Amino acid sequence: MTATPPLPPTPSQTVGPFYGYALPFAGGGDVAPAGHPDTITVHGRVFDGAGAPVPDALLEFWQAGPDGSLAGAPGSLRRDPVTGAVVGRDGVEFTGFARVPTDADGHYALRTLPPGGDAPYLSVCVFARGLMHHLFTRAYLREDAGDALLAGLEPGRRATLIAAAEPGRHRTYRFDIRLQGDEETVFLEYV
Amino acid sequence: MTTSRPAPVPAAAQPPAAVPAQAAPPLLQSDIDREVAERQAAYEKARAAGAPVAHHPPRDYLPYRSSALRHPRQPPAAVSGDPDTAELHGPVFGATDVTELDADLTRQHQGEPLGERITVTGRVLDRDGRPVRGQLVEVWQANASGRYAHQRDQHPAPLDPNFTGVGRCLTDDDGTYTFTTVKPGAYPWRNHLNAWRPAHIHFSFFGTAFTQRLVTQMYFPGDPLFRYDPILSSVTDTSARERLVAAYDHGLSSPEWSLGYRWDVVLDGPSATWIEEGR
Repeated sequence: MTATPPLPPTPSQTVGPFYGYALPFAGGGDVAPAGHPDTITVHGRVFDGAGAPVPDALLEFWQAGPDGSLAGAPGSLRRDPVTGAVVGRDGVEFTGFARVPTDADGHYALRTLPPGGDAPYLSVCVFARGLMHHLFTRAYLREDAGDALLAGLEPGRRATLIAAAEPGRHRTYRFDIRLQGDEETVFLEYV
Repeated sequence: MTTSRPAPVPAAAQPPAAVPAQAAPPLLQSDIDREVAERQAAYEKARAAGAPVAHHPPRDYLPYRSSALRHPRQPPAAVSGDPDTAELHGPVFGATDVTELDADLTRQHQGEPLGERITVTGRVLDRDGRPVRGQLVEVWQANASGRYAHQRDQHPAPLDPNFTGVGRCLTDDDGTYTFTTVKPGAYPWRNHLNAWRPAHIHFSFFGTAFTQRLVTQMYFPGDPLFRYDPILSSVTDTSARERLVAAYDHGLSSPEWSLGYRWDVVLDGPSATWIEEGR
């Protein structure tokens, strides 16, 4: 069988410092329907190699729905046809996609439903000024002994992928991202 | 790199007296040029020795100073897929996510923006040449004067009350996107003294899998600033770098209306057919 060689891909370039009026959208981190009793909050901070918060990172999250479906649904950026403004998800379909910028303290938060099925993690894509090519990681909501990725990491590194339940906070998980340094987050490549 | 500073800067190029006498001399274009040339030569040497083509920029590319503390030092962990790998699927978008006006950046305000009206169009493909259909494409850019509608851009060029510089659309069944906008201006930044970015439009693409996600920048042909720009130069492979430059296409120009540019895009990364193809 003769296969056509794959087309060469378009290179990545940094998201730069000025995406803030273009990519973030109102309610970008509100994936769970408002008031849903199963809603969890996942939040944390992004740090650079000097331990300083990164105030201009953009995080995207993609995950299975509560029923385990990976089909997703349109409507993350649902628009008002009258004004063009983003009016938020419709509260019925679970889109599985979130986009949240960090604030001046490098903090972000999203509200979602726990992923069902065999992928108990949120896939995370990190963009920032200074980052030439986005970084992928995962926020696991439970430590799954059968997970091939987690099983292949030494314990200290594995811990960087675990979103830990925060004592005293209702259904709230902490997931910090360290771009560089001693506690550097495990980033992924798909081979 | 701070190990090999150039000769002291002539007095005329020194910053004003408010800067302490011990301050490091300003980083000059010649410093950046040398670093860029070193990285380029190292890549070409590696290629000659059999290294694979680097389609993407390295994350630790110091000529772009902001990368210094923002790239991981550990190698990435390899994920080999099974059909339940979440990243082999990805977010989807639809008719509710865009409005018709979103693809025309010249019609978002009361009046017409200043600048050279252009149309930018192209196809979004995967590496097997299949069109990416019905997916979200987002753009943002500076105005014709080189100023972003962002409060952190305070350089002395005028804002345009009739231009924000944000657009989005969905690709059609052929994978084609089209935007009407104005050609952005070059603008200064503070990577080094007298640093200027070549004119560019920022693009964001989604594929059929989250692994294919791409954020990049499209440049305009023949820009004299290319060789001075460490961000474009971070793509050390010459033919890969050329893929970031749109082609002027006279057939896309519209009489007495706009100039046309074509820029096709190929998304990298495994797609949902990854496993069946045994990649």
